[in-house]
Amino acid sequence: MSRLPLAGVRIVDFTWAWAGPQATLLLGMLGAEIIKIESRARLDHTRLRSLMAGPTLASPDHSVIFADLNVNKLSLTLNLTHAEAVEIIKRLVKVSDVVAENMRPGVLQRLGLGYEALRAVKPDIIMLSSSAVGSTGPERTYVGYAPNFAALGGIAHITGPAEGPPTPLSGAIDLRVGTTSAFAILAALYHRARTGRGQYIDLSSTEAISAMIGDTFVEHAMNGHSPGRAGNRDRTMAPHNCYPCAEDDRWVTIAVATDDEWRALCAVIADPRLEDERFSDGYGRWLNQDELDQIISEWTASRSPQEVTETLQAAGVAAMPAHDGRSLVRDPQLRERGLMEWVEHPLSGRRLMAGPPWRFSRTPASIRQPAPLLGQHNHYVLHELLGMPEEEIQRLVDEGVVD
Amino acid sequence: MSDGALQGVRLLEYGQLVSAPYCAKLLADLGAEVIKIEEPPAGDPARRRGPFPDDIPHPEKSGLFLYVNTNKLGVTLDPSTPTGRLMFQRLAQQADVLVEDRPPGEMERLGLDYATLSDLNPGLIVTSITPFGQTGPYKDYKCYHLNLYHASGHSSFFYVAPKKDKEPPIVGGGWVGEYDAGLMAAVATVAALLARLATGEGQHIDISKFETMVTLERVAVSGYANNPDPPQLPGMVAGLLPSQDGHVVIVPAQNHQWDALVQLMGNPPWAQEERCRNEVSRALNRDDIQPLLEEWASQQYKEDLYVRGQELSVPIGPVRNAGEVMQWPQARHRGFFAEIDHPVAGRLEYPTAAYGLSETPWRARRAAPVLGEHNEEIYCHRLGLAPGDLVRLAGAGVI
Repeated sequence: MSRLPLAGVRIVDFTWAWAGPQATLLLGMLGAEIIKIESRARLDHTRLRSLMAGPTLASPDHSVIFADLNVNKLSLTLNLTHAEAVEIIKRLVKVSDVVAENMRPGVLQRLGLGYEALRAVKPDIIMLSSSAVGSTGPERTYVGYAPNFAALGGIAHITGPAEGPPTPLSGAIDLRVGTTSAFAILAALYHRARTGRGQYIDLSSTEAISAMIGDTFVEHAMNGHSPGRAGNRDRTMAPHNCYPCAEDDRWVTIAVATDDEWRALCAVIADPRLEDERFSDGYGRWLNQDELDQIISEWTASRSPQEVTETLQAAGVAAMPAHDGRSLVRDPQLRERGLMEWVEHPLSGRRLMAGPPWRFSRTPASIRQPAPLLGQHNHYVLHELLGMPEEEIQRLVDEGVVD
Repeated sequence: MSDGALQGVRLLEYGQLVSAPYCAKLLADLGAEVIKIEEPPAGDPARRRGPFPDDIPHPEKSGLFLYVNTNKLGVTLDPSTPTGRLMFQRLAQQADVLVEDRPPGEMERLGLDYATLSDLNPGLIVTSITPFGQTGPYKDYKCYHLNLYHASGHSSFFYVAPKKDKEPPIVGGGWVGEYDAGLMAAVATVAALLARLATGEGQHIDISKFETMVTLERVAVSGYANNPDPPQLPGMVAGLLPSQDGHVVIVPAQNHQWDALVQLMGNPPWAQEERCRNEVSRALNRDDIQPLLEEWASQQYKEDLYVRGQELSVPIGPVRNAGEVMQWPQARHRGFFAEIDHPVAGRLEYPTAAYGLSETPWRARRAAPVLGEHNEEIYCHRLGLAPGDLVRLAGAGVI
């Protein structure tokens, strides 16, 4: 196998929860060595609890959420309230390339580990701070989670039924923020490789979400108009909706953009009502889509999402099941391409988890090791990387610096 | 002015609508030179998609096109003509990256697949973005954003409140799933550029939009993969709450944040009861507690509650529409919106980037290209054609 793109890149990782760990998860899959810093007093809280109010765990080493978001990473436990722990971090930064964190803005500075302090020990360090609304500006100390970013960033407002409430999306929102962070870090690494210069990256989670609906802001700039919610409907395409299927609470999506696709759909459904002149062009279909949706629903209601999908796709019409988790993991495409991989964890056992989101022909990204047990790599980092003698490490453990 | 982080990277884009153009835009905004190839006569369908000023369609005024094509050069080229294919190959010889979004097999039919292009330019990175990837039973399936978003399970996963039965799942707003694929492809592309610095070798990157979206719900998906019938959790209290003037979202994930919320509410007696004691007891009694929270919030104003809540460290955010986001003092302070002048669409505000890069800040060097704007610059100055050739190529429908 070829060298991975980030082979030899070392990242000191203070991130926790979901968004920050997604950034270093991606960089780890690309070959970077990720050293995650925690302490028993300040655990990544996904080790103990879930956002979904599931059970609170007693052990920090059995959380499947933590396991999913932290593969390929190493764990070092240091209690940063000790001055000696801060000095150890600086020694580690000296032999590292990137520092990533998503604490509340100002926390690392107060610990003596802000960008200026770290740049003093490693002039070309790249440091990323990811926060709710950015680490500059009047609201820099504000806090938030994914659903808050979705609300503040504008996507919650445009997601939902036309006559219903907005939708505060959640899990993927955090991972979008983390993916944005990974992109910014990679660009900074490229710049450093070319110029030898590091830099500081101040990332706003809310802005990361706004960027992914950027066209809605240009629309407002043009027309003073803020787009609203439209359910599953489109501004020009019709039919364009989720249709009910035979099984309970199962749905299929169908979208038609062209006259060719429309004629193919009509040929499959073979309902004479679709021959109505009012449906003969895209404009007429858009105007009369309520009626169209009713006719299509009658046809889908006796079929499974998979059957509708296969029949319509064979005719050249865009249709897909609206998957829930249960049907998604059985999806033939997912299985054929092997997106889900078995990962063996020393305490939780074998679990399926999603592998890398890309396929590289020459430098395949990969899951190489499971998420770390708390403090699993203390000896590797302190002894092998930093050259500390065993007795000194033991003293740090006894004094609670290594925790 | 400082160079961009990706200064010196030369990228060729052969893409439409959102995913591939957004991938290329992300690199262009950080200094890469991007040449966008559009097919004559009409160009990228995003030009016809809108939104348009005053809702009057105009191919140079589409808000979607203008946003996802900033900082690019634009040429017209029909690669299905023999001359067009040769010109495409010559452009690819001069490039570091090609980002394309043709259905699997089409680039091969055009003589522009990775194998052919990498023979001409071994260092070339080709990023192919398709709905389902280059292989597998769905590789030839048609898929619009609606299909993509729902197929990837995103509309079924709820974290703060369960989905109501019998209601259809709802697609994510705008083109979010298409932006997802573009962003994830940009991550892979810069990674491949870094690999190339060490080896000089290019490679082919296969991006499945479907897979990029599925991995953005990796926690939920792996939950189902390992347990098809996970316990249905009641959901967290709070979440989306109605206000006098819209909605707010409150996420009291940790106990101290719940305590702060109780303080924000003025310490009502019901919040002192046993069922509110911890995250688990609150979740188990969600049906009783949620209406009390809704009643309180519905008497408040969302922006006022935001400021007062954040002063107490309550994770709270008002649900804002596009105009409200654009007026937000925090975003204005950070310069998240910037004016860009376009020769036809005029001066408009655009979102810039979520990342402030201290050494290589985001920069608008140019607005999105007018159709064929850089034909002369690219074809005459890069490929060495004579100006008279442009007339003949246009006449032949090549450009």
